[in-house]
Amino acid sequence: MSEKEKSVLRAEGIDKFFFSPNKNQVLKQVSFNINRGEFVSVVGKSGCGKSTLLYILSTMDTDYQGKLHLDDELISGKSHDYLAKIRNQKIGFVFQFHYLLNEFSVLENIMIPGLKLGKVSRDELEHRAMEKLKIFEMEEHALKKANQLSGGQKQRVAIARALINDPLVIMGDEPTGNLDKKNSDIVFNKFKELAQEFKQTMLIVTHDPEFAAGTDRIIEMEDGRVIRH
Amino acid sequence: MKWSLIIELSKALMFARLKQTGVAAVGVMFSITMFVALLGFMNGLNAMLDGLVLNRTPHIRFYNEIKPNPNQPVDESPDFSNSLNFIRSIKPSTSRLAIHNAEKIIQTLESDSRVLGVSPKISSQVFFNVGTIDLTGVVNGIDVEKEAQLFAFTDYVTSGNYEDLNQTNTILLGKGLADRMLADIGDVIQVTTAQGNQVQLKVVGYYQSGLGDFDNANSFASITTTQKLLGESPSYITDIQVKLYDLDQAPPMARELEQIFEIDADDIQTVNAQFETGTNIRTLISYAVGITLLVVSGFGIYNILNMMIYEKLDTIAILKAIGFNSTDVNRIFITIALSIGVIGGGIGLILGFLTCLGIDQIPFETEALPTIKTFPIDYNPKYYLIGGSFSLITTYFAGFFPARKASGVDPVDIIRGK
Repeated sequence: MSEKEKSVLRAEGIDKFFFSPNKNQVLKQVSFNINRGEFVSVVGKSGCGKSTLLYILSTMDTDYQGKLHLDDELISGKSHDYLAKIRNQKIGFVFQFHYLLNEFSVLENIMIPGLKLGKVSRDELEHRAMEKLKIFEMEEHALKKANQLSGGQKQRVAIARALINDPLVIMGDEPTGNLDKKNSDIVFNKFKELAQEFKQTMLIVTHDPEFAAGTDRIIEMEDGRVIRH
Repeated sequence: MKWSLIIELSKALMFARLKQTGVAAVGVMFSITMFVALLGFMNGLNAMLDGLVLNRTPHIRFYNEIKPNPNQPVDESPDFSNSLNFIRSIKPSTSRLAIHNAEKIIQTLESDSRVLGVSPKISSQVFFNVGTIDLTGVVNGIDVEKEAQLFAFTDYVTSGNYEDLNQTNTILLGKGLADRMLADIGDVIQVTTAQGNQVQLKVVGYYQSGLGDFDNANSFASITTTQKLLGESPSYITDIQVKLYDLDQAPPMARELEQIFEIDADDIQTVNAQFETGTNIRTLISYAVGITLLVVSGFGIYNILNMMIYEKLDTIAILKAIGFNSTDVNRIFITIALSIGVIGGGIGLILGFLTCLGIDQIPFETEALPTIKTFPIDYNPKYYLIGGSFSLITTYFAGFFPARKASGVDPVDIIRGK
């Protein structure tokens, strides 16, 4: 198996039920594989379970049946603390609503996952964070508070934060869903750039067909099943 | 997990809600201030009131009690050893009030390592003759220097010089007694002893203990003067007063020495049990009030942290999403709670100390307490230690439940909820 074909994320027969108000199966035998360097989008109608799938893949939701492998390691059934460590180290997140910490500056926001990981010194981390900001042309905003930025700027900072620990995979939950056309394009181009220049593995949930069309591969879901991948 | 990051995050969260955090800290500060001031003041008063009696009371007092001889001849006789003997109307034998071999006893006591000091005393009932009226009273013959050293005698001599007592035929009158006799310092008064001796004594000062009854009847003279007054030899001593290093040893020592010296001994605990009870209850009440204050401020912190957690659910969710585990989140909120405790408690201790200094300046003069000019305060570091540790304990528990709630936040719920 070449480096290119190495599996990053592999789901095998994932079932997920919601129990309130009554038992309802939202994911039905979802299986797929994502290899290193792939830029994948997950599309589907509202309520088809794509966000639910993403939360399971992200290890935050542990209440499911089936097997999930990250980096060829089975992570289903691991302890919450271990999963938190994996999220910190191997997964980068971008949410629909940017979710920066308003109490901190842009630079600090980017550094926090790195500080948590604690692999490199603070100075080194600061340097790295600045580098990531440069990719997104946000370096002049480094010392602003997170809530002083526009929506598009915040989303770019959020992506920079997702990158700080050089994760195995970046997961996005409608990262452009809350942005206007112009900002949405900027953010999309940045994802594209990451995929092409840095060979970053990415899995983005979106309902924007234009966005999906620009990715390497589309996983389409309908009514809790994968219908195309 | 590095603590520096936890502290940084806690700090940011606290500064984001500076006003609430401040209010919580002020709550702790206020309760610690009150706690320290209350206990300092309460225990200052306690110490003063106890000192009023306990300072002047010997830890052990040896004396001869006048009582019937428990070994009556009929009991000693072999003829009646198997009978039940009834004897009516037994009178005390002509035993002496004086302690036999007092000098040797004093020497033995002084060489005992548990003993701080020994002071002999003669207690004698007298009449003070004022014109045609006789006032009953007591002349206490004391060793002036030792009395001053061991029983804070000088504190209660309100006017005149206590050292003048060393001159023969001088007397120091209780204030109440002097007032009744209209005796000024320098006046000569006449005293009649129970044996009928009449002696003229010069008044050299007044004594005011704060206990009116005591001051109305008691007076002091040197041992030599008293012996002369009673017409007794220089070995005549009725009481031996002992002060120990450790007050708690008084009861067993009294029992032990009673046997050895074959005289009666009273210990301070038995004689003054009610003072200890009073002190304990007052202390208990002040602790109860202080701790109530702290617990109330603990609820304040609990509320504020709960509010903060509701406001910061997003932050908690994002921290968890980017790899912080429950323990980290828990620690962040515990750190916030403890910081409020440390800052509020620290300032509270300082303000409490300043309040004590303030109370210490308030004039408090009463006739009954000649040595007290301002409110008494106890600056014992113990109260500061208890206040400080209690502020940490209450804030920890106030933070415990909110922190647990925060650590249980499910990030998916929050992120999905948007």
